[in-house]
Amino acid sequence: MKGVDHARRQILAWGLGAAGVTIAPGITLFDLAHGRPPSEPASRTKRWGLLVDASRCAPDCSACVEACNRENGLPATKTATSSQWIRKVELKDMRGRTLSLPVMCQHCAEPPCVDVCPTGASFKRADGIVLVDRHTCIGCRYCMMACPYKARSFVHEPVTGQSPDVPRGKGCVESCTMCVHRIDRDRLPACVEACAASGHHAILFGDLNDPGSDISKRIASVATTRLRADLRLDTGVRYQGI
Amino acid sequence: MRRTGSLASTVRGLLAASAALLALAGPATADAPAAGGSSRVPKPTVAAAAPGKCVEDTEFMRRNHMELIRHQRDLTVHEGIRTTRHSLANCVNCHADPKTGRVTGSRDAFCEGCHTYAAVKLDCFECHADRAKAASAAGATR
Repeated sequence: MKGVDHARRQILAWGLGAAGVTIAPGITLFDLAHGRPPSEPASRTKRWGLLVDASRCAPDCSACVEACNRENGLPATKTATSSQWIRKVELKDMRGRTLSLPVMCQHCAEPPCVDVCPTGASFKRADGIVLVDRHTCIGCRYCMMACPYKARSFVHEPVTGQSPDVPRGKGCVESCTMCVHRIDRDRLPACVEACAASGHHAILFGDLNDPGSDISKRIASVATTRLRADLRLDTGVRYQGI
Repeated sequence: MRRTGSLASTVRGLLAASAALLALAGPATADAPAAGGSSRVPKPTVAAAAPGKCVEDTEFMRRNHMELIRHQRDLTVHEGIRTTRHSLANCVNCHADPKTGRVTGSRDAFCEGCHTYAAVKLDCFECHADRAKAASAAGATR
C-alpha cells in the first residue's frame, strides 16, 4: 500500500466538485442537503422551524395573514367561525410598549393536540410538522381544547373552490401546515415569502437540526424565546425580541 | 282477507327482487363486447379532457382506482411522498370534462357520471378540488 495514486485522487476530487458545482468554498449551485425527490418520504434528520423577529414585524402589516389565506384557500373575509391559520397579535407590556407579531401553529415536538386525538388524525410528521389527516379526523375538536396557542380552527360550513394542493372541507379541524405542500417542493412557506416581499423579512424558515442553516445560526447568536416555554413543548416556531 | 293481502305483497316483493337482480346482472353482461355493438343496457357517458392511456390498464382502474388513491393518500399526508402517478390531482388533471373543466357537477362528468350510474357515494370532492390545477389556479387570486 505504498504507492498512492495521487492523479486518481485528484480526479475524484474534481468529480465531487463538479457534482455540486462549487461556486465558492461551502456554497454550491445545487443545494444537495435540501432537494428531496417526490418519491422519498420526509426525513427525521430535518426539523423545519420558523423564527419570527418581532422587532421587524410592522403593526399595520398583515401580508403574512393575507398570503396564508390566499395560498390555502381560506376565506378572505372573516366571520365569527371562519378558519384562521395565522393571526396578528398585539402585545402590550406594563410599560406601555406594544409589539405586533404573527402567531400560528407552533409545531411542537411534544404536541398536546396529538396526545389527545382519539383517532390518530392529529399527527407529527417525521420532519417535525404537525398536521391533521382529514381522512381520519372526526371533528371532535379535542385538539382545539388542548392547544395552548389556540392555533386550530374547525370548518363549520361547506367549502368550495379549494386549491388542489390544500384540500379542506366541512367537519374537520385544521391549522397551519407550514405550507407542507410547498416545503415538499423546496419552496418557502407562503407567509415567509410574503413577509420578505413586503420588505420586513421578519420570518425566517429553515432546518433547526442543521447547525449550518440560517435559522440555526441566528438562534445560536441571538436570544430567542418560545411562547409559553414553561409548558416545555419544544416548539418549532421561535420568537426574537419579545 | 288480511292473509291474501300479505301473500300478494310477498309475491310482489319477490317479483321486484328478481327484477332488481336482472337489472344488476345487466352491466356485468354488458362488459362483454355486445354483438353488433348495440346493447339495451344504458351506459354512463363520460368525457375526458385527455383521452388516451391511463396510468394503469382501464380494466384494472375500473375495479381498483379507489385502492390506488387511498394508498397514495396515506403516503402523501403522512410521509410527504408526492409522486403524481397515483395521486387524485393527477386523476382530475386528465379526467376533467373538457367543457366544464371538472370531474363532478353533471352526469357527463367523469367521476360523478360513473359514480351516479353505479350508485356509489363519491365524497372525495367534499374536500378535494374537482377541477384541474390550471383551471383552479386561474380562479384563485394569486
